[in-house]
Amino acid sequence: MKRTITLTVNGAPRSVEVEPRALLAHVLRDQLDLTGTHIGCDTSQCGACTVHIDGRAVKSCTMLAMQAEGHAVTTIEGLAANGRLHPLQQAFWDKHGLQCGFCTPGMILTAADLLAHNPKPSEAEIRHALEGNLCRCTGYQNIVAAVQLAAGAR
Amino acid sequence: MATLFGSGIKRREDPRLITGKATYTDDVKLPGLLYAAMLRSTYAHAKLNQVDVAKARKAAGVVAVYTGADVNDKLNTVPCAWNVPNCDLKVPPHPVLALDKVRYVGDGIAMVVADSRAAARDAIDLIDVDYDALDAVVDPEKAAAKGAPELHKEVPGNIAFTWKVAGGDTAKAFAEAAVRVEQRIVQNRLLPTAMEPRATCASYNAGTGQLTCWVTSQNPHIHRFLLSVMTKLPEHRIRVIAPEVGGGFGSKIPGYPDEALVSFASMELGRPVKWTEDRSENYKATIHGRDHVEYVELCGTKDGTITGLRTRVYAGLGGYASTAAPGIPTILHGLMYSGPYTIPNIEGTIYGVYTTTTPVDAYRGAGRPEATFLLERMIDLYARKIGMDPVDVRRKNLIPKDKFPYTVATGITYDSGNYQGALDKALQLIDYKKFRAEQAKARKEQRYLGIGVTTYCEICGLGPSQVAGAVGFGGGLYDSAIVRVYPTGVVRAYIGGKPHGQGEETTFAQIVADEFGIPVENVEVVAGDTEATPQGWGTYGSRTTAVCGSAVKIAAQRVKEKAKKIAAHLLEASEADLEWKEGKFVVKGSPDKGKSFGDLALMANVAWNMPPGVEPGLEATAFFDPSNFVYPFGTHICTVELDVETGEVKILRYVAVDDCGPQINPMIVEGQVHGGVIQGLGEALQEMAAYDEDGQLLTGTMMDYAVPKASQMPKVETAHTVTPSPVNPLGVKGVGETGTIASVPTLVNAVCDALAPLGVTHIDKPLTPARVWAAIQQAKGGTP
Repeated sequence: MKRTITLTVNGAPRSVEVEPRALLAHVLRDQLDLTGTHIGCDTSQCGACTVHIDGRAVKSCTMLAMQAEGHAVTTIEGLAANGRLHPLQQAFWDKHGLQCGFCTPGMILTAADLLAHNPKPSEAEIRHALEGNLCRCTGYQNIVAAVQLAAGAR
Repeated sequence: MATLFGSGIKRREDPRLITGKATYTDDVKLPGLLYAAMLRSTYAHAKLNQVDVAKARKAAGVVAVYTGADVNDKLNTVPCAWNVPNCDLKVPPHPVLALDKVRYVGDGIAMVVADSRAAARDAIDLIDVDYDALDAVVDPEKAAAKGAPELHKEVPGNIAFTWKVAGGDTAKAFAEAAVRVEQRIVQNRLLPTAMEPRATCASYNAGTGQLTCWVTSQNPHIHRFLLSVMTKLPEHRIRVIAPEVGGGFGSKIPGYPDEALVSFASMELGRPVKWTEDRSENYKATIHGRDHVEYVELCGTKDGTITGLRTRVYAGLGGYASTAAPGIPTILHGLMYSGPYTIPNIEGTIYGVYTTTTPVDAYRGAGRPEATFLLERMIDLYARKIGMDPVDVRRKNLIPKDKFPYTVATGITYDSGNYQGALDKALQLIDYKKFRAEQAKARKEQRYLGIGVTTYCEICGLGPSQVAGAVGFGGGLYDSAIVRVYPTGVVRAYIGGKPHGQGEETTFAQIVADEFGIPVENVEVVAGDTEATPQGWGTYGSRTTAVCGSAVKIAAQRVKEKAKKIAAHLLEASEADLEWKEGKFVVKGSPDKGKSFGDLALMANVAWNMPPGVEPGLEATAFFDPSNFVYPFGTHICTVELDVETGEVKILRYVAVDDCGPQINPMIVEGQVHGGVIQGLGEALQEMAAYDEDGQLLTGTMMDYAVPKASQMPKVETAHTVTPSPVNPLGVKGVGETGTIASVPTLVNAVCDALAPLGVTHIDKPLTPARVWAAIQQAKGGTP
């Protein structure tokens, strides 16, 4: 029943044998050892599993791994380039935009998608863009501040 | 060198968290790992006739299937560890898997262990369960009533305990009072919703007889103890590792059956076994919070002096008594009925009641939010009845700042406070008088503005172990640290607490770095491994900085004393002639003659030239047991505008002035306040774990349970005052729960204030548009 798929993960070609029903989130975590992608719900509300597919933010629990065949997946592990933190990673650190850190990878990847398409978002636009990513620790205030900082740094 | 205490330096735990390199429990992988899945009851209350696992046992990939009958004589029942005295507490057996009966939707029935997550899940569906449904009862008040369905034969009438608190002469106070107000208050049941669901990974080594257990835990040492009770392994054979933990909010304090079952499977099968709940499982099988029905009366004079408070509370416990459950609505709730006020007469009766629901235990604030809410709500009702400004009523009854330590009518003694100072600051920030003027003007235009003020104090920094023992807590409440200096001059602090988002890897490093005058980068804090850290009691009850942080401070001081002895020896000077200057012990008057911390670290560890009678090495252990709890306080104020056509609440401003004593890292303190306030606003506005009458959880997924989103929540404006606590060497108080404690009544009082012209006096939270709208209709005399 298992099928082999090939995809690009964090810039490197990968081949992996998956069950057709396997979700991308599970394959990333369990088979590709990319455990920075977290799973916080089973109904696609929390956004902890957000990754980029061809540069757009996608909740990796909402798609089958097979649907990623031939596409480029970026996870939190692949965001820093050449040993330098992505501006959003830096901004989350600078602005205390995380506490327990569980939602953080998904938050950062969602925010990166926002800034890629709306480089200077208003606070309301940031809060709207993050609606699909839940955080229980920060009350969102410093997350919003981090996204604003990263937007300013671009 | 500037002191790090008081500096909002960036967190040292963040780099691994923002790059995806942190290891949470579900990230742990071991050779030969098996995966467990649990079959959970779909009935709230039912007789369990037969559990047929034959098909599941034969399914592809399945290694083992266990039912209650399979594990009953091998595992002990799940303990309740807070044996509150003088309340006739009844704790019926809580089997790790149901035997003859299930008592809530989510009660465990069987465990499948398989070679993949998917195989374990698939096999769950192959188990046939024959139930005989029994009547459910989900409301604690109804469960306590005559004729209610009974959950446990050992507990007639479902009453687990009747706990009373009394001080003064409350009957007389009410008999003589000029003014009385009363209100029935429902504290909505909540789902803690730590973003990381619970997980356990157990690996038993038959050769050494050692069980290693990774657990999503706020308190690995307590989990070690609870696992020991359930698995029958002695504590010294169990190593609990709580790696990165993705939030807790109380839900990762208790011992759950799952941890014991997974450990048992590893012992039986000789392979490591991992179990991770998904969110809908978390909502059924991880503890819930709050769930009180309260009847509250307050009395006082016509000019605003509160003379008495009386309560009758039905506290839902769920199907079984969870680890700390009996202590939450009693010790952590009833004893706080005086709040920050001088209420001379207080009487409370708390009934702990079993209901056919998920067990209820500590959830952020744990008992104090309920106490603060009922008190602050009653004060607003009282103020309205006597026609006095609610701020004036509060001010009139606040404990004066020169009266500390102050013993309230419930018998506990507050450490320190300046409640008026925080109130004044908050009023100034919100510009109270100006808002009242705007409100009066708006009312003439049929616009409904409201303002809510909460002056609170709370008990935390748990706490003196002697008191823990006296109130039946099944352990100590001291905490501990080892401060160890490596030959390189790097210092590691091994702590008994277990931060899971609160940032103590940073704040405790600040304490140590200050003590030694070394860069904070040279200090590391290690937590969450019972083999590496001394006995501690975990992170909850806003205790870690006050208690464990104090142990860190004391251990570092001991290390420094020893370093001084070594320095004196090496410098051929007397200790009395040495002084500590910029990270060095120097001889007074000859500043070039000194030994740096790095020199001493090396010399102590190689021990080539130690003073006579001084042992090699440079480390110290400290156990700190505080002399009292700490009582942080503050004033929160919220302004709102109501849309009376739709019932929607719009928050205009939210101001939080908190006093947690001196702040080690103000950035982290502010983050705790932000998160706490928003979590409380979730409780006030939108969160509710709803059951239907059959005991089915209607809010069983994140689609239905309204965790606050970024777009729904306001900005919080923070400020602080600083009143040190005399009960620990840092002078600090806790701040992890204050936001959740203060924000709930603040919001509800603001909404009720806005609707005062329409005659609305009280609305039970959460204040959803539907509830607000219905309350408006009812006040207008219409049918909601």
